[in-house]
Amino acid sequence: MTGDAHAPHGFWTRYVWSQDHKVIAIQYAITAIAIGLVGLVLSNLMRMQLGFPGKFAFIDAQHYYQFMTMHGMIMVVYLLTALFLGGFGNYLIPLMIGARDMVFPYLNMLSFWCYLLSVLVLVASFFVQGGPTGAGWTLYPPQAILPGTPGHDWGIILMLVSLLIFIVAATMGGLNYVTTVLQARTEGMTLFRMPLTVWGIVMATILALIAFPALLVSGIMMLLDKVAGTSFFMPAIVSMGAPLDYKGGSPLLFQHLFWFFGHPEVYIVALPAFGIVSDLISVHARKCIFGYRTMVWAILAIGGLSVVVWAHHMFVSGMNPYFGFFFATTTLIIAVPTAIKVYNWVLTLWRGDIHLTVPMLFALGFISTFLIGGLTGLFLGNVSVDIPLSNTYFVVAHFHMVMGVSPILVIFGGIYHWYPKVTGRMLNDALGKAHFWITFIGTYAIFFPMHYLGILGMPRRYYAFENYAFIPQSAHTLNMWISVIAFIVAAAQLMFLFNLAWSVRHGKPAGSNPWRAASLEWQTPQTPPAHGNWGAATPVVYRWAYAYSVPGAAEDFIPQQAPPQPGVEDEPHMPRRTEVLS
Amino acid sequence: MGMAVALLLIVVASVLFHVFSPWWSTPLASNWKQMDDTLLMTLAVTGAFFVAINLFVAYIVLRHRHRHGKEQRAAYEPENRRLEWWLIGLSTLGIVGLLAPGLFVYANYVTPPSQAMLLEVTGQQWQWHFRFPGKDGRLGTTDARFVSADNPLGLNPDDPAGLDDVVVDGNETRLPLNVPVKVLLRSKDVLHDFYLPNIRARMNMVPGMVTSFWFTPTQAGRFEVLCAQLCGVGHHNMRGYVRVTEPADFETWLAGQRTFAQLRQASAAPQAPGAMLGKALAQSKGCVACHSVDGSASVGPTWRGLFNKSVPLADGSTRQADAAYLAESIREPQASVVKGYPPIMPKSVLSDAEVAALVGYIQSLGGAPIPTDAGVANATTGRQP
Repeated sequence: MTGDAHAPHGFWTRYVWSQDHKVIAIQYAITAIAIGLVGLVLSNLMRMQLGFPGKFAFIDAQHYYQFMTMHGMIMVVYLLTALFLGGFGNYLIPLMIGARDMVFPYLNMLSFWCYLLSVLVLVASFFVQGGPTGAGWTLYPPQAILPGTPGHDWGIILMLVSLLIFIVAATMGGLNYVTTVLQARTEGMTLFRMPLTVWGIVMATILALIAFPALLVSGIMMLLDKVAGTSFFMPAIVSMGAPLDYKGGSPLLFQHLFWFFGHPEVYIVALPAFGIVSDLISVHARKCIFGYRTMVWAILAIGGLSVVVWAHHMFVSGMNPYFGFFFATTTLIIAVPTAIKVYNWVLTLWRGDIHLTVPMLFALGFISTFLIGGLTGLFLGNVSVDIPLSNTYFVVAHFHMVMGVSPILVIFGGIYHWYPKVTGRMLNDALGKAHFWITFIGTYAIFFPMHYLGILGMPRRYYAFENYAFIPQSAHTLNMWISVIAFIVAAAQLMFLFNLAWSVRHGKPAGSNPWRAASLEWQTPQTPPAHGNWGAATPVVYRWAYAYSVPGAAEDFIPQQAPPQPGVEDEPHMPRRTEVLS
Repeated sequence: MGMAVALLLIVVASVLFHVFSPWWSTPLASNWKQMDDTLLMTLAVTGAFFVAINLFVAYIVLRHRHRHGKEQRAAYEPENRRLEWWLIGLSTLGIVGLLAPGLFVYANYVTPPSQAMLLEVTGQQWQWHFRFPGKDGRLGTTDARFVSADNPLGLNPDDPAGLDDVVVDGNETRLPLNVPVKVLLRSKDVLHDFYLPNIRARMNMVPGMVTSFWFTPTQAGRFEVLCAQLCGVGHHNMRGYVRVTEPADFETWLAGQRTFAQLRQASAAPQAPGAMLGKALAQSKGCVACHSVDGSASVGPTWRGLFNKSVPLADGSTRQADAAYLAESIREPQASVVKGYPPIMPKSVLSDAEVAALVGYIQSLGGAPIPTDAGVANATTGRQP
């Protein structure tokens, strides 16, 4: 990193064709938030129909399924995955491990531009003949490419092409993040001194590198089925009364490939959230994370197990029913390391000095929403409990709590936490608190009752529920209230956007380390960090990232690069690396 | 402080919601009480955990929150191996406790009783078809290439086992009370899921393969069938019924249904030509997937009583559904769409004679009083379901 060939020289290289990980992170974040807003609007359009069926004439069944599909795909892939890896990962990895940048800055830049292209292709699908695909975000064939499904012509093609470009972007970014963590850590930064944020993001990246190829091949195969007449996923079919030319393909093959990607994808979103929330809790409770090594092993165990649980999405798919025993067992095993993470967050809070800052509020909110989302996973993972609940609103409630609301709360908490480092200014506290309370209580009110609609048996992905005798009128009334709350929660996000924009210039100056945090990203010579991050020399690290409230220390935190103080045992649980002390 | 109160309120509200919720499982109508029991057990265990952790966090926030101006410092406890191992052990025990009964129930689910009767359900966008194996107890083979207007299920005409198969007319079937039934599932086009909320058990239907599950109906009554796997714009409207009756009633009803062989004879016999050609076209071109012929709601307007009716259009105007309008709407589906229906009807390539036949068929459905809920086929043959 001695050469400075990619140092910026003007506006274009500084802000547009930038190879600086911090600028790329902001580019990723702004793009992800922008497309995420589209996803949010789509969710409200769906809620308009579900809460007030038929009142809005422009939302017909075709549009409803298009909104639903694009909402899901945008939120999971183009918002959450991109924001956690491309946004937080890009910004934090080099700063947290004491590197000057990613090891492949040019590749990093390409990764963002591919991501932007994939988003543009996705958006373009709204404007083609027939509109975007309405096949559900799972894109199951045969219906994804057959008449009867909205956007079965151009919509699905653009969707698949967009995903393929996204995978290229994610792969370039992912190789970069993993290599950077393995190769570019500063002196003294052993793996077991890295903040859990880095552990979470790097494990998620490894999962992305393992899982996305499965989506890539299934996307290519479906494209060929659509445009070249192959039959990878297409058996002999009579569609709309007319026989088609397909023969011998297997729709289940697609589902296996999709979920081999799709389940790790849940953890691609969850693991960075686990890591970030650990750091938020530790910093704002002024207490070292409880059981750091167990937390790391839990992240690794969850990552490893997450690639052998995929078929719990397929318990009633028609696959060989005996697979159910295996996948139910692996799925429930994964609950053990996940539960340990929850215990350790709670035990970190225990006897802490809990500052109820906005990031801490979001972290505490996350513990509660993740708790309920994780626990309902025990229903759906346990095959015979899943059977009556599968494809009902119970599933909608479960995955929104566990991989929608929970990661989003962490993203908000993370933005309130690191915004001062990114801009040099604090976000407005009052707006932040209002944003938190409306979002946290609101999302509970939206999704908690849905569990009960699911137990009642209301299927998900229904445009309307008219004239079903088993659904009482009260369920329709409940749906109306859920919609009203969803509109309020969506409107509250405008407060957050305003805060982001307003505080860039008008926020309270933050100083270099407003939260008095110990990890390296808060110890940069300038705030916001300059190109190259560390000025003349990269920092030397002497301890882990969690030296809070160490007995005998003057302050209630010791930065990672502060030289050791005699008589202060700040890393008692780990073998001291004496060689870096000399 | 606010956070502790909020968590406390969430716990209280959740428990109250559960107690007073009017939304709960539909009354069980099958043998799968075990599924309800494992669900309740899982709810009890996870609910207790949910309450305990939320309350504990609320307590911690209350007790260990930073108080302004008061000097305090957090404890320093990087780890506690003993506590961690205890927690791992107890969690593992809890998980085993939840999983074991679940797998036990699942073992029953994948083992249908050997004496179970067979019911085949075939899904297509957006209809259900039912078939029983007939006297020989065997279902005849099927293939997509045999599907035609008079053989909608695609039965192999050369397979003797299929000739006595009972092909149920319409979207409602019957089942005998307390007799285990193994349901074989097929699909002609896309994924579907044969879902009866009251039965609990279910399975996807996948084109190109046969899937199955089993249950024993334990309550008499008429139960709604829904599709629970997204299958296109009509997904939410893919309705059917299973009527569970005493075995004797069931046998009588079954004897009144036509076999595959009888169906083929009937369709070979000459009938009212225009309407019959129109009906065959309506089925072979897929019209009936969206347009019901019995007056029930579907993706498109029903054809029952449509002819010469005045219909409101999407652009606010009104038109009389005369022969000219119907022919135009068949040729140019998007030209004048009826208000309240999505403009999704595909164009079909049809000759003038075929369009005339279809219009004639629609006309034959017009004005007449609605005879039965199972549709026009029964009306023309005079049989009641």
